Amino acid sequence: MKRKGVALALLFLGQLCVGMPARGAEEQVFRINNMVEPESLDPGVVTGVPEHRILSNLFEGLTTADPKDLSPRPGMAATWTVSKDGLVYTFKLRSARWTDGKPVTAHDFVYAWERVLNPKMGAKYAQQLFYLKNGEEYNRGRITDFTQVGAKALDDRTLQVTLRCPTAYFLDLTSFYTLYPVPRWAIEAHGKDWVKPGKIVSNGPFRLVRWVPQEELVLEKNPGHWDAARVKLQRVVFLPTEDGNTAHKQFLAGESDWVPQVPTAQIEAARTRAEFYVTPYLGTYFFRFNVTKSPTNDARVRKALSLAVDRESLTRYVTRAGQIPTSTFVPAGMRGYEGVRGLGFDTAAARKLLAEAGYPDGKGFPKLELLYNTNELHKVVTQAVQQMWKDSLGIHVDLANVEWKVYLARQSSLDYQIARAGWIGDYVDPNTFLDMWVSGGGNNETGWSSKRYDDLIARAACRIVNLKERMRTLQEAEQILVEDAPILPLFTYVNTGMLGRRVAGWYPNILDQHPLKYISLER
Amino acid sequence: MLGYIVRRVAGFAPVLFVIVSLSFFLMRLAPGGPFDQDRALPEQVRANIEARYHLDESLWRQYRRYLEDVLRGDLGPSFRYPDRSVNELLGLGFPVSLTLGLCGLSVAVVLGGVTGVLAALRRNTFLDYLTMSFALGGISIPNFVLGPILMLVFALWLGWLPVAGWGTWRHLILPSITLGTFYAAYVARLTRAGMLEVIGQDFIRTARAKGLHEAKIVLRHALPSAIVPVVTYLGPASAAVLTGSVVVETIFSIPGIGRYFVGSALNRDYTMVLGTVVFYSLLLLISNLVVDVVYAVLDPRVQAR
Repeated sequence: MKRKGVALALLFLGQLCVGMPARGAEEQVFRINNMVEPESLDPGVVTGVPEHRILSNLFEGLTTADPKDLSPRPGMAATWTVSKDGLVYTFKLRSARWTDGKPVTAHDFVYAWERVLNPKMGAKYAQQLFYLKNGEEYNRGRITDFTQVGAKALDDRTLQVTLRCPTAYFLDLTSFYTLYPVPRWAIEAHGKDWVKPGKIVSNGPFRLVRWVPQEELVLEKNPGHWDAARVKLQRVVFLPTEDGNTAHKQFLAGESDWVPQVPTAQIEAARTRAEFYVTPYLGTYFFRFNVTKSPTNDARVRKALSLAVDRESLTRYVTRAGQIPTSTFVPAGMRGYEGVRGLGFDTAAARKLLAEAGYPDGKGFPKLELLYNTNELHKVVTQAVQQMWKDSLGIHVDLANVEWKVYLARQSSLDYQIARAGWIGDYVDPNTFLDMWVSGGGNNETGWSSKRYDDLIARAACRIVNLKERMRTLQEAEQILVEDAPILPLFTYVNTGMLGRRVAGWYPNILDQHPLKYISLER
Repeated sequence: MLGYIVRRVAGFAPVLFVIVSLSFFLMRLAPGGPFDQDRALPEQVRANIEARYHLDESLWRQYRRYLEDVLRGDLGPSFRYPDRSVNELLGLGFPVSLTLGLCGLSVAVVLGGVTGVLAALRRNTFLDYLTMSFALGGISIPNFVLGPILMLVFALWLGWLPVAGWGTWRHLILPSITLGTFYAAYVARLTRAGMLEVIGQDFIRTARAKGLHEAKIVLRHALPSAIVPVVTYLGPASAAVLTGSVVVETIFSIPGIGRYFVGSALNRDYTMVLGTVVFYSLLLLISNLVVDVVYAVLDPRVQAR
């Protein structure tokens, strides 16, 4: 009895010292491990996913993403109409207010978009607004009069947007942070400090109350938001723990409610827990071939290398997180897109192609190097593929491991033979995976070029309004890409993470986006 | 003495100049730049960014611009964190790193001192072997192994302390131990050696002969002489603790400047790299000066040079 009393007293003292009261079910505090310190909170500046987790709750665009399938829902715009040719969008704004009480107007959008496109701003994501008529021209400095750009405030509550081409996914883009409105008066008053606590003016369901770099960032419910009745969480804490193992332990110790990443080494153990989740992600893991250098300038060699990779085994025994093997580039699950047939796994065909290219049984095959950036996953994947090529084709490929920035520099200057790569879609449409492969595209980085492919992509981008026909055209383009094989797709990424069992209103989706206004903590 | 200090401080300037110049050009020699990322930027967008940060100017002009800014005490904007300046980030991080460093050093002195004295007093007994084995372990186990083990035991299994983060004194305990253990091990060995040397000397025998209490002999008479080597070791150790907390800060997610040191180099965040290098260099120069001044106070021959 006495001992129990002492234990209780100690427990009480312990609680007192911590200063952190046990969290009751009524207390709606959600702790997210954001894995990294946000680079900025300025919607016109940021480019990353961790920033999106914060900003999409701090600000609100014309549309917002549905928590289940990410389809556009009304946000600052209550309603909108689209012209028949798909070029002119007219948004009717709802009556909404900034956190300082000023109304959100169409002018705030025009100001924000001008700011991003202004060459002086040097915005990294300016291309998110190149969809606007004359957007790119303004950013290049070819025109200096912003009234020629397709964004006009017809009155305080009406925004008219004119696009360069009909863009099927434009309403998805308007929920993206680069297109958020920003408060001109706050930016003009505080300069780059405008995003700091006490100075920031925002229009989302949450507002910023604390931000200490590398320590924590805290949002609290914005009672003045138009949809505040829906918002259950009182506070949201973002932790910037960079070390994946530490972040995992923090979750296990109850210090966070959601960690959107599980270290590869912990996956086997984590899998047994109810909090573990794995969902497909809108991204493809692949290798690039340098088609300007021998031997990968020969499509037969590239196809042979691709056919010789057993992707099933790779994902089952090597990557092990539930990645989906694929030999095509566009991930499955795009609305309206059927996909194409990939090369698949066929060692006999691979050997035959290699012999046709002049290397029967791998004899006389020149020195080949596979480039990857330092990372546990890339290391095991490249090692496994190296072994598969040795076993089924009899060729030896060296592995070259370099640091991230060196890897980027070598890849973009085509200073490689084969390079591992990954691509995460910007929006839910096959175009985000396909338009990068056009001749000379900034993200092509293989030297590959196909006139027919370029034509198909250009047609799908601008000349077709019919959705079905557009998808068919894109499919045709992907077929060319797969058959000519400047790339070797390996698998579709997955999101692995740990989510507290009390969390409700959190739905798995292909971009791993989870708007906080739908989330609550249950008893 | 004052003249000596002034002369030394004046010597900082050329040293810093060389360090800044070398780091500036070495950093630019590394492949890749601050705005390279996995999705290529349209050419115009990249040009706009480079113009904004003056990266489109000739290297020589950038170098001159940077030197002028540094002379004015401005370390420039961070490329990675555009909302903040390097000065601001270092200003926020340094108190944290300092706190962690001091706590780590306290762990080193207290833990190392006590075990060293105990080991010396119980020389060649089980206790001696045990503590010295621990000391050997402390020197051998790298902090990126010790940190996660402590986390596992004290945060996950026992639940006594938080896993990581910053804000309360409880967040400080595990990182301080992780940081201090290596130095504690050294201090323990130095203290033990010092104690053994002192304890055999005549004045201790005299103290014993006078019938003084053992504790008083140890604390009052033996210890002050025995820890002289420890004190001299503490100079370089404090500099090492302050600049060497990179790993500990990363593992325990502590918002100190160590986090920026490695990260900024990998990100080619030029201004941040240079800022941390300048800052750490200054810190090392100052701590070396302090150590030398202490030497000079203890040993007048140093001053004469």
